[in-house]
Amino acid sequence: MSEQVQVHGLGHSMKRKEDPRFIRGKGHYIDDLKLPGMLYLDIVRSPYAHAKIKKINTEQALAIPGVLAVVTGDTLNQYGLAFMPTLMSDQQMVLPLDTVKYQAQEVAGVIATERYIAADGVEAVEVEYEPLPVVVDPFKALEPGATKVRDDKESNLIWHWEDGNKEATDHAFTEAAHTVEQNIYIPRIHVSSIETCGIVADWDAVNGHLTLHMTTQAPHAIRTVVALITGHLGLSEEKIRVISPDIGGGFGGKVPAYPGYIIAAAASVVTGHPVKWIEDRSENLAADSFGRDYHIKAEMAANEAGRITAVRMNVVADHGYTDAAANPSKFPAGLFNICTGSYDFQNAHVAVDGVYTNKPPGGIAYRCSFRVTEAVHAIERMTDIMSHELGADPAEFRMNNFIKPEQFPYKSALGWEYDSGDYHKALRLAMDMIGYEDLRKEQAEKRARGELMGIGISSFTEIVGAGPSKQFDILGLKMFDSCEVRIHPTGKALARFGTKSQGQGHETTYAQILAEELGIPAEHIQIEEGDTDTAPYGLGTYASRSTPTAGAAAAMAARKIRSKATKLAAHLLEAAEEDIVWEDYKFHVKGSPDKAVTMQEAAFAAYTNHPQGMEAGLEAVNYYDPPNLTYPFGSYICVVDIDRGTGEVKIRRFVAVDDCGVRINPMIVEGQIHGGLTMGFAPALMEEITYDENGNMHGNTFMDYLLPTAVETPKWELGETVTPSPHHPIGAKGVGESATVGAPPAIANAVVDALWHLGIRNIDIPITSAKVWEALNSVGAALEY
Amino acid sequence: MSTHHVTVTVNGQAHEADIEARLLLVHFLRETLNMTGTHIGCDTTSCGACTVMLNGKAVKSCTVFAVQADGSDVTTVEGLAQNGNLHPIQEGFMEKHGLQCGFCTPGMMMSSVALLAQNPNPTEDEIRWGISGNLCRCTGYVNIVKAIQYASEKMQAQE
Repeated sequence: MSEQVQVHGLGHSMKRKEDPRFIRGKGHYIDDLKLPGMLYLDIVRSPYAHAKIKKINTEQALAIPGVLAVVTGDTLNQYGLAFMPTLMSDQQMVLPLDTVKYQAQEVAGVIATERYIAADGVEAVEVEYEPLPVVVDPFKALEPGATKVRDDKESNLIWHWEDGNKEATDHAFTEAAHTVEQNIYIPRIHVSSIETCGIVADWDAVNGHLTLHMTTQAPHAIRTVVALITGHLGLSEEKIRVISPDIGGGFGGKVPAYPGYIIAAAASVVTGHPVKWIEDRSENLAADSFGRDYHIKAEMAANEAGRITAVRMNVVADHGYTDAAANPSKFPAGLFNICTGSYDFQNAHVAVDGVYTNKPPGGIAYRCSFRVTEAVHAIERMTDIMSHELGADPAEFRMNNFIKPEQFPYKSALGWEYDSGDYHKALRLAMDMIGYEDLRKEQAEKRARGELMGIGISSFTEIVGAGPSKQFDILGLKMFDSCEVRIHPTGKALARFGTKSQGQGHETTYAQILAEELGIPAEHIQIEEGDTDTAPYGLGTYASRSTPTAGAAAAMAARKIRSKATKLAAHLLEAAEEDIVWEDYKFHVKGSPDKAVTMQEAAFAAYTNHPQGMEAGLEAVNYYDPPNLTYPFGSYICVVDIDRGTGEVKIRRFVAVDDCGVRINPMIVEGQIHGGLTMGFAPALMEEITYDENGNMHGNTFMDYLLPTAVETPKWELGETVTPSPHHPIGAKGVGESATVGAPPAIANAVVDALWHLGIRNIDIPITSAKVWEALNSVGAALEY
Repeated sequence: MSTHHVTVTVNGQAHEADIEARLLLVHFLRETLNMTGTHIGCDTTSCGACTVMLNGKAVKSCTVFAVQADGSDVTTVEGLAQNGNLHPIQEGFMEKHGLQCGFCTPGMMMSSVALLAQNPNPTEDEIRWGISGNLCRCTGYVNIVKAIQYASEKMQAQE
């Protein structure tokens, strides 16, 4: 046991290796980087959601001392860089040639010697616009004769995507004893990591090298995209280096390539100086990729016995001006077809229409794996609506409909193979922790007194860890991930990965995986990510994929090392390789545990005393192609009290039972869940981005877009079950996003549970006091003071 | 734009500079003095990532002009550790996993230090109100509260 503590392998809440620099203010974030001769980029943005650009007058800006250049679409067009591809193979303007398509769109870039002077330059650029008709509502965008957002497309319909057996599903609905239907809107929201996006582009004209220090969750993919964009200019991939420094939160918002990055890179090439671009918060909120914006028509069918028989969903997905999501290419609607949830039924059909509107581009995830939040919200809301409709207890209804533990691996109605689960156990634990039966009694008593109290459940199943190469790629790049391990002669290690932490604690957890496999203390394993010149290729960190892919690669690379170290141990122990066993983090000859060789000793031998015929050194690399996705799950229960006078919803308690398989560092897992719950709570009650009919965003600051503070945030109570993934080398499933996915329906279900007896079936998130009061007032249940 | 000669003492060391009137204190610290531990997360005094102590009071340095700090004492995250020893709040954040991406952390710690100076033994609710001017997107505040409680206990034990 003492050995294990020293090694800090799996299951240890070791303190994070990244913290010493962060608590001293010594992190290296993008805006901390200052290069000699560095210039600053600031961006002129459109006040209109749709307009013709008649003229850009740069004279006054250029007259400001220190303003060196104004980059426009015409400038970029000379280099063929006015447009760039999105990760969904759609097209996005870097800078416009003649029209703008959404408010806050980049119009021109001002390059200056200082940050404040660049901002002065932005103020001085005069742009003459001719406003054009705007289409904001995606349903109107689909109507005949609607204003066309994209000149290069036939209509505003981007794509239509379907999955499942329509005929069988329609038939199941016809035959069903009970059906329910609900329109559910999941609003446009923004990840708002506390650090905005930024870049320092550094063109080395002598060597023809371009180094991009930038806030990216996927450095390798970005480098390849840049190489594809700039190939015609002779800038090939080996001459491009992407370095992702410490990142102040990502949550999906730092996956796409934004125009600012490209303008900065072009400006560096043109001026011969490094160019820094750091977004303001208002730019970040107004122009960077948003999440959600799904209009879902959801239906569920059940039989006489209260068993779900079918689910049908039709979705209109508002993508704004371009499809700038970051989904795997074969999945335009992401993994929305996980919308069959945790339940055992045979018939499902989903159809999604992607639509262009005059709004900023996107459709990226907000801390979730490719539309899983939308899917989970829909199925969990419908499950509650059906149980209420049947007069059944929502917990009991779920228990009766769950996939049973013995049914795993389970093939869902839409074709996914759920790897493992025990849904009954997780829900039972959550019910015991919160005292479910007593709460129901209390609720009945309160209801009799006219008080509003609700209990909401969400028993979610996620689908993460994209993904197996047969189905998953982004722009053709297969979604494996990688680990390269090098053991030094003294038995310490350096390991590099294709992923990129944004706060997840990879320097600690990856070291723990390697420690467990190699017997080298985690403290002695240095982890590096984010530099495309040194790290092995990988698709990056998002969609809870780091542990399922790169974490697996770490274990597999370590096992290769151990395999060679076994030969070295056999050599040192003068025994046959097949007689060597690995136990308690040491090698020994079977039956003789007293005479052991440590990994450190084997490593030393690899450089000083390796057997003849064996290659020297001790290193390995693994590119891990997961055989399946992983399916984390959990059951959350939320208790709310609602003020009938104000409509205010107060979360009294929130219990979250998560099962993410084997936990590498329980402290970090719990931290991820706390944060995820808060990013689930936020859109459930507070966050939403809205526009007026002219495409003007209603507020682009944190004074309007409300992030929860410590005061509003509920006091989370956590529980856990552990159902290992059978196909992952260490049985882990990933956890970064579970809580963001699982929390919103628990909260929405609690609110509706409090109001159902009054005839209120649905309130769309965010559930603001105003919406609740309106609902209460509409049924005559609002109190007047 | 007028320029002004200022003397600002940061973490005990006096710095003189000729600066524009419009220069924000946060940019003075980050750009003029190259002390990048203080971060910027918004434009509207909402997020608190830029919180520093100005003459013993927590302020958001994105909403203070550097000229307003002329003749003042400023403490930043870089000044928390003394003689190589971590401040109890730094220890608390590390011990209790009070940070993830680390971006809000310097401002959050400075607000915590200001809170504990006013109220050495705060209740959980007082802690939550005390840091309500600082936004964190990663932690859900649970472990930040624990980190502040850790620091509170340690600082009281030291007295």
